[in-house]
Amino acid sequence: METIEKKSAKNAEVKDAQSVVILFAGDSGDGIQLTGSQFTNTAALLGNDISTFPNFPAEIRAPQGTLAGVSGFQLHFGSVNVYTAGDVCDVLVVMNAAALKANLKSLKKAGTIIANSDGFDPKNLDLAKYPKGVNPLTDGSLEGYRVITMDVTKLTRLCLADSGMGTKDIDRSKNMFVLGFIYWMYNRDLNFTIEFLKEQFKKKPELIDANTKVLKAGYSFGDTTETPMTRYNVKSAPMEKGTYRNIMGNQAAALGLIAAANKSGLKIFYGTYPITPASDILHELSKYKNFGVKTFQAEDEIAGITSAIGASFGGALGITASSGPGIALKGEAIGLAVMLELPLVIINVQRGGPSTGLPTKTEQADLFQALYGRNGECPAVVVAANSPSDCFTMAYEACRIAVEHMIPVFLLTDGYIANGSEPWRFPNAADLKPIKVEFAKAGAEKFLPYKRDEKLSRPWAIPGTKGLEHRIGGIEKQNETGNISYDPENHEFMVKLRQEKVDRIANYIPEVKVEQGKEKGKLLVLGWGSTYGSIKTAVRDSLAAGIDVSQAHVKYMNPLPKNLGAILKNFDKVLIPEMNMGQFATVVRDRFMIDAIRLNKVQGMPFTAEEIISKIKELAK
Amino acid sequence: MSAETTNPEAKLTAKEFVTDQDVRWCPGCGDYSILKQVQSVMPEIGIKREDIVFISGIGCSSRFPYYMETFGLHGIHGRAAAISSGLKAVRPELSVWMVTGDGDCLSIGGNHFIHLLRRNFDIKVLLFNNEIYGLTKGQYSPASPLGKVTKSTPMGSVDHPFNPLALALGADGTFIARSMDRDPKHLREILMRANKHRGTALVEIYQNCNVFNDGAFEVFTEKSSKKMETLFVEQGKPLIFGENADKGIKLDGFKPVIVDLANGASANDLWIHDETDAVKASILVRFFDKADKPGHLPRPFGIFYTEDRFTYEDALSAQVNEAMAKGADLDALLRGKNTWTI
Repeated sequence: METIEKKSAKNAEVKDAQSVVILFAGDSGDGIQLTGSQFTNTAALLGNDISTFPNFPAEIRAPQGTLAGVSGFQLHFGSVNVYTAGDVCDVLVVMNAAALKANLKSLKKAGTIIANSDGFDPKNLDLAKYPKGVNPLTDGSLEGYRVITMDVTKLTRLCLADSGMGTKDIDRSKNMFVLGFIYWMYNRDLNFTIEFLKEQFKKKPELIDANTKVLKAGYSFGDTTETPMTRYNVKSAPMEKGTYRNIMGNQAAALGLIAAANKSGLKIFYGTYPITPASDILHELSKYKNFGVKTFQAEDEIAGITSAIGASFGGALGITASSGPGIALKGEAIGLAVMLELPLVIINVQRGGPSTGLPTKTEQADLFQALYGRNGECPAVVVAANSPSDCFTMAYEACRIAVEHMIPVFLLTDGYIANGSEPWRFPNAADLKPIKVEFAKAGAEKFLPYKRDEKLSRPWAIPGTKGLEHRIGGIEKQNETGNISYDPENHEFMVKLRQEKVDRIANYIPEVKVEQGKEKGKLLVLGWGSTYGSIKTAVRDSLAAGIDVSQAHVKYMNPLPKNLGAILKNFDKVLIPEMNMGQFATVVRDRFMIDAIRLNKVQGMPFTAEEIISKIKELAK
Repeated sequence: MSAETTNPEAKLTAKEFVTDQDVRWCPGCGDYSILKQVQSVMPEIGIKREDIVFISGIGCSSRFPYYMETFGLHGIHGRAAAISSGLKAVRPELSVWMVTGDGDCLSIGGNHFIHLLRRNFDIKVLLFNNEIYGLTKGQYSPASPLGKVTKSTPMGSVDHPFNPLALALGADGTFIARSMDRDPKHLREILMRANKHRGTALVEIYQNCNVFNDGAFEVFTEKSSKKMETLFVEQGKPLIFGENADKGIKLDGFKPVIVDLANGASANDLWIHDETDAVKASILVRFFDKADKPGHLPRPFGIFYTEDRFTYEDALSAQVNEAMAKGADLDALLRGKNTWTI
């Protein structure tokens, strides 16, 4: 164990590291998310591949110092490609005793702990439920780790002693000290964060100075410490050539919607009701009114979706978003949209369920809800994003399918990728796939609102168009005329027709590819949604270990890609890891009569690559 | 399409607002009379047929859009207000009419109803109130009076009913009116005024369900009692009612009292109706006692309250237009603030 108190000599050795996982943890009021995202952006700008995973409590300000109040931000950056936020962390930064207690299990053997000693006073130790008189920093229990303690509170106060600021305000800059120290440890430039501070506190210049000073003090603390220390260089990763930015999933989804609206010439109407973890899409979209985006914070979930349906009827791109509980409330309205055959995008940023469940944790257990969760035979299109930046692609695709096929489309993401971030080689607007939209015009013949084209799509006839006056509704209707019909044969005909309309979309989506491993072999790991990164890492590492394993990932859940069945039949075994009890595995068995092996995790946390690797090893025996 | 509509100059007739669909309400239903009035008002409001949209929820009244040769959307139970709001938000130039019933609007759609009123979208709301669930065959509604014996309340309802107009006023509605199916002339006048109002215009229409709740409003509609039991309010005119227009209402402080004009009370002392007076409107909507209560006040009809307030869609459009004037560059948006090149 090392304790750093004095600051004098430069005695740090510098090593190269391939990839590093840092977990910042502290009170939810400690500025952990900000610290993490600052390091993320700085690392990304230096060309590291990166993946992040914020993990915060449902309470906004849970009681300070308690285990329930611990907020975490895990980031994985490397000179190699990284696809997950990391299974275990190399460095655990803890602002208090509770943060250590809650996260020590995530630290790898002989990993580094950077601890704020001020957060280990008797009060904090008691709040973290350590037995009386026990302090893990001093009792030898952390023997196997490398522990660096520093009194961040004291050092921050010293640094700002003559700033004229009050103690309470000074203490808010504590996270900058830690960030500065970590920048030193990984040999990072401070400029990105300094620029950020300038922007953030434009109106309070004194805070720019104070935070910058503390940040630099944290950096110098590393530089001048006399205890032997190791610094690491993490070089840039072999990324595909291009220009990148860092992006979070919810942000990417919002940009995908705006891009789709822009390319289709439509205006977005976003009807929604705040819910974790989907609200950030609303926050993001509401910033972009300059793109003609209209956001509507409705009185409830049902009004969110029905207002979007009204907007779609009027010729806007109607979108609603929620998480599982909200989607449940929208169920009847989704059925209406299926009957009306209007474009509608429904985003479900999945979280742990059922009921209120785990609002801030991730899960993939709403696949059945999207596929089947309505009354009657009510098929909807379902697509799923597999990473933060893929939320852009799939939001764009959801819009494209919705307007080109006049149909409601679900986009499934989840808390992990919605709040996680990664570098994104963003596209040029001009390179985005065109989206064709044409509103109906009056012709010589009588207008038929449910007359169909080769896609079985009906005309989008918007109010204000002379000669197209017509009525639509949720009651069963006659094909072509749209007139109410209770005729038994007609109902069955229409049920089959709405199903066929969904099925034909398979002709307008890409096929699924075997991404890693052979096209034919012993074991295929099949995934969907946010398990992508863990599966990709697990299969990569298994292949490197000489195991015959392949990987394929599905993004179009309904209809499924046309070639999926053929791919599955090329493998002796299919393994489907899911953060649910096996919903996609059930679908695969239903559609292809393949009894896939299930690997299920329902803990509100993503898979570690190691969990998948051990299953691959077991099956490869 | 009828031939007349091809000539833009020709004024449409009521007939041209009739669809080819069979009207499927029960014979004798009050809805027929309302439909007829709405179809006859449409050519008078000076709005092109293609710019008119009727939106409904679920219930007998909600079949209304199918019978109007305009754009129409028959939605789901209770949600017409939200569907209409979304449409109006993106197409402020359209004339949007929402048709709803007392179950649809006040029960399952109650939440959307109050929020529509406070937001003040420019939507005309026709609330067909028959104080019963008709389409589900005769259960009490949130507008049914206490003690009402229905299929679901064989011993009488214990559910205290809503006073719909008091609710609307409480939700900051900007146009609050009441009319009835049996008085086509009055209904027509109120519909014309509702159309002119910019904002959410609520018109509660007492409508007789002759199958499940026949006669619910007969004290207001039958010749023998109408004059005593109803009070037709008009802007700037005193509150007068009675067999020979011989009764008036005056305010004693905040308390309305009936005075006898034949017995010495002066018309000059009467309450003069002012539809812009929110305080008076709040008293007027409380004229809600049942006709069998001794000393009860007559039930008012007409426009209780109007207020000129900005509409949600105007405020929303103003923000969007202001932002759009600054320009939008998709490439710049995708690029964000911090990039790096490999």
